[in-house]
Order: sequence, then C-alpha cells, then structure tokens
Amino acid sequence: MSERLRFAGRRLLITIPVLFVLSVFVFLLIHLVPGDPVRTMLGFRATPENIARIRGELGLDRPLLAQYGTWLNNLVHGDLGRDYVSGASLTSLLRTSLPVTLELTSLSMVLATLVGVPLGVLAASRGRGWRSGTEGFVIAGISIPDFWLGIMLVLLFTGTLAWLPPSGYVKLTDDVARNLRYMVLPVLTLVIGETAYIARTARSAVEEALTKPFVGYLRAKGVAEKSIVFRHALRNAGVPIATVIGIQFGVLLGGSIVIEYAFGLPGVGKLTVVAINQRNYTVVQGGVLVLAAMFILVNLFVELMIGVIDPRVADGAGA
Amino acid sequence: MMTEPIPGPDATASGSLALDVRGLSVAYASARGAVSAVDDVSFAVASAEVVGLVGESGCGKSTVAASILGLLPHRAQMRGSIRFDGEELVGADAERMRHLRGNRIATIVQDPTSSLDPTFSIGEQIAETVRAHATVSRATAKQRALDVLAEVGIPDPRSRYDDPPHRLSGGMRQRVVIAAALVNDPTLIIADEPTTALDVTIQAQILALLLRLRDERGTAIVLITHDLGVVATVCDRVVTMYAGQVAEQAPVLALFAHPSHPYTTALLDSMPSAGQRPGGLQVIAGTVPDLAGALPGCRFAARCAHRGPRCEARPPLATVGEGHDVACWLVAGGVGL
Repeated sequence: MSERLRFAGRRLLITIPVLFVLSVFVFLLIHLVPGDPVRTMLGFRATPENIARIRGELGLDRPLLAQYGTWLNNLVHGDLGRDYVSGASLTSLLRTSLPVTLELTSLSMVLATLVGVPLGVLAASRGRGWRSGTEGFVIAGISIPDFWLGIMLVLLFTGTLAWLPPSGYVKLTDDVARNLRYMVLPVLTLVIGETAYIARTARSAVEEALTKPFVGYLRAKGVAEKSIVFRHALRNAGVPIATVIGIQFGVLLGGSIVIEYAFGLPGVGKLTVVAINQRNYTVVQGGVLVLAAMFILVNLFVELMIGVIDPRVADGAGA
Repeated sequence: MMTEPIPGPDATASGSLALDVRGLSVAYASARGAVSAVDDVSFAVASAEVVGLVGESGCGKSTVAASILGLLPHRAQMRGSIRFDGEELVGADAERMRHLRGNRIATIVQDPTSSLDPTFSIGEQIAETVRAHATVSRATAKQRALDVLAEVGIPDPRSRYDDPPHRLSGGMRQRVVIAAALVNDPTLIIADEPTTALDVTIQAQILALLLRLRDERGTAIVLITHDLGVVATVCDRVVTMYAGQVAEQAPVLALFAHPSHPYTTALLDSMPSAGQRPGGLQVIAGTVPDLAGALPGCRFAARCAHRGPRCEARPPLATVGEGHDVACWLVAGGVGL
C-alpha cells in the first residue's frame, strides 16, 4: 500500500511542472498573434486612446517576465482577466460554461467506456459473430467524422423522427429531464467514435492477455472461464485500455469544441471558438487553459488508475 | 473432443488407486494425417505414491497430464480410460472436469513467474482457487490461503498476502504455486517440471517440501520431469516414455539398478554425475521420430544400438521383475527373427 502512495505522490509532483509549462504557453498565446495584438483585438475601434488604455490594462507595456508574474499571480487567485467585448470577468464566464463542457465530456467518456470495454472483451472471448460485429462497428465509428455524424443524427432524430430538439441548452440544475434531452444528440455524436477506439483497444489487449501462460494455469485451478476473462484477462488488459481512454479524452475535448458550437451548447469550447472569431484573446487564453488543464488532470487520474490496475507499474518493475 | 471410454481390465479393482490410466491414446488431426501424441499408455498411481513420468521434450508427458486434467485442445481425440479415485474421466463433462481441477486434482506448474497473474496478489490467487470450488466467505477463503502459505514455508504470510508475484523470489513463487495446489486438499497433484526453473539449492528445498506434504497428507503425486536426478530423489516408481509410448516402468531402485529398455539406459548414461570428466557425457544420437502417420514398429528403433529385424513390429510389454515392465524385444525373446 505504501508503494502505491509513493507512486501517487510521484505522479502528482510530475504534474506540477506540466501545469507550469502549460501556463507559460497559454500566457504567450497573446504574444504569438502577428502584429499588435491590441490593434487586432480592437479592430475598427483601434483609436490611439483605446490602444493605450487596453495596453495599460493588459500590462503589455511592462517587461515580459513581469507580465507573466502578474498574470500567474492573478491566475492562482482565480482571476483570469476580463472579456473585452462583453466586459464580464472570465471567471464568471467559465463558471457558467465549464459545467456544460464537464457534463458533455464526462457523460460521453463514461458511456463510451461502459459500452466499449465490454464490447471489446466479448469480441475477444466469444465467437465470430461478436468479433465481426465489433469489427464492423469499430471501422465505422473510427472513419465517420464527428461533424458529419452530428448532422446525420440531427436529420434523423429531429428532422425525420422529431423526437429531440436540434440545438439549445437548459441548465442541469434547472430541469434534469430537459437538460438530458438537449444532451442526447451531442453526447451520441461524441460517443460513437470514442466507443469504437476503446472497443478496439480492449479487444486486442484482452485477446493478448488470453494467450498468456497464467490463463492456462487458472484453467488448471478450475477457475470459471467467465472469471478468467472478466477478472484476469481484463485487468491485465487494463493498462492499454486506461491509456487509450486518457488519450481519447483529449480527442473528445477537441471534438466537444466543434460539437458544442454545432449544437448550440454554451460550453468552454463554444466560448473559445466565438472568442477566436472576435479576436478576444483573453477569453481564448482562459478557454485553452481550462481545456488543457482538464486533459492534464484526466490523464493524471488515468495514471493513478494504472498504478492500481497493475502493481508492477506502481513498483516501477516494468510491465 | 472425441472420446470413447474403454473400461480397463481391472476397472473394478482400481477403486483403491488414486489414478489408473489404461490404454490412453491421444491423436491430433493434421494436414499430414493423424499425429499420435500419446499411444496406448497405461500406468497407475496409488495414494501417497510419487510416480515419475520421464522422457525427452515432446515424448507426450505433458499431453498425458493435460488428458488427466481434461485440458486437451478441442481438436484432440482421446481414447482409453482414465480413472481418478474410481471415477472415469474420459468423456466426463466440462463442468465436472472444471470442478475436479484445482480441487481434487491439483497442478504445480513449471514456471510460476509466468503462470501467476501479475496483477493479482499471491494471496488472492490462492483464495480464488478456494472460492472456485466451494461457496465460502471471502474471510474463510483468505484464512485457508494464509494457512497453506504458512504450511509451504512462506515467512509472515499475513504481510505477504497482498504482495503481487513480482515482489517474491522464484523459489517463493514456486511455494505459492504449491500452496495453491494444496489449498483444497487434493487427492492427486500433477507436478509438471516443478523445479526446472529454480536454483539447485532451492530445488532441493522444493522437493523436500513435496515429500513432506506427501507424507503428511497422503497425496498422490505424478511428477513430470526430464531430470533423472529429481526422479531418484523423490519418486517411488518411474514411467519412462518415448515418443508417446511407455518404454519402461519400474520401482525407482529397480530402474536405476537394472534399466532394461535401451532408451532408459541411454537416458541414465546421459545423466551428468559428480566427478565426471568434461566431455564424458553421453548423448542419445538422433531425434524423436515424426509422430504423423502410421508407426507400426518400435518407435525408438531408429536411435537404438541393439535394433534388429523384429523391431519392425511393436514390442509387447514384458514383465522382468516385481512391477517392472519393459516394451522391448530384447527382453521379449530377442530382436532377431
């Protein structure tokens, strides 16, 4: 147990420099804009007074390191700056948009895992029907692009069947049932591709685990086949499966940006896309920071899970 | 799996035996015709007896073990009779065989490092064997696992219980496998090369442990090995197999004193002994014959220094002493016509 705690501590410590590097990149975002960012931001409103005022507020007239120091200090205190279009603070913008993105991505990830893992296990351990059925689903799920699938789902469920609303959003805290009705199509759009990747990884990893000598020994001990597949082979396949879930979470975040925009969900992704179009750089900074931090934290969690799944990883013994 | 039980000649008398294998044959269909992996093998094991199954790789030892455990691949065709504690196993249904495995017929594997699941603790893997065969609480299963871990000499089992296999030494892992074999108090243990992967000093400890358990519990043991040194140390009787057939079987002392099959003699000559000069080791010339197609004669003939015209026909099993049978024309009236 103490080995596991040490492993968790090491992983947490490694995350700190990663978050630091992330903050540097996000901070520099505003300086990567070609030309004068303030002039670009202000567009036709770029009068000399406005430029000077915004530049002063952003602190762009100070040395770079001092700017970063102030920015990081504000960040640590929960102040991500201000939206120059609406005048709202980024913290309040994120407070309303982050729950939307969290709901969309976590629902999608959980569903994709709950369907994809058992599907992969059955494809690896049952007859040819399961195998070829899963194979077909995987190829379709990986090949179909999210945006096209989204359009088709909207055409089918709102156009032809008229079961679901095409776009819009109701807060989860206001009305759970209506919230979920708006979530069905975006979640479904994201889930199909995710499930395909997870099922494919689970299938090959479980298949490989079932060829290991310990499977023969478990049979020789009279352990039931179901337990060999779902307890032993699945746990041995757990490291690649968890790794893919972590990586796919990044893909999912990327997908959610498109999907939020397409389905009119007021999440961090939509906030960021709109901000990019408006050249609203502080909002872009905040959105990117939040999305990237989510990816890092999910992968930290995945790494901790891997340490629990395979004790050799926690011991650094090499799997 | 195609099965065709044949009652043994003394099927009724075999009730006192832990294991009675009669006329066991196993064949695999292949592109080049049926491959006869095991051909007409018969031997018996009494309770508290250690019987060695000896021969080169590919001689059919492991196929015999898999037949007893009901773990042959589906394409294998099995004939003959295997009676375990009076019960016929050839043709027994899969669920019955699963219930016997790990419960009344336990296995000790050759390579505990790859045979233990690396992701589960050693304790869980033993407790799981208990729960696969009996409806007992987790606490009871754990207690039984702790008891056998102590019995096989794992120091401080309670603190070791949650350790995954990689934290144990090879010798300790082999003890874990032995503990898993013992936990349901089996009637028969099949030990497949249990000491091959271990250092010599650890080998001696493991063999001593097996003998102690046999003495204390009266468990019958089939020891599969190619190491005649191990056979001399622990076995009561020896069955020498060659190319899927029994070449010779005898009490261990008789076998070492009067080896009567040329293959047994060759095996004994190829055994390194202390004080031997370098280069003095005898090797058996030639290789095991291809087991596909018809093999009517003595399967060892091609490598045998004594072969004669009669070796074209299959030699009968001739008795040369108390419990000492040999399948060779040399003891059945000579190799000449």
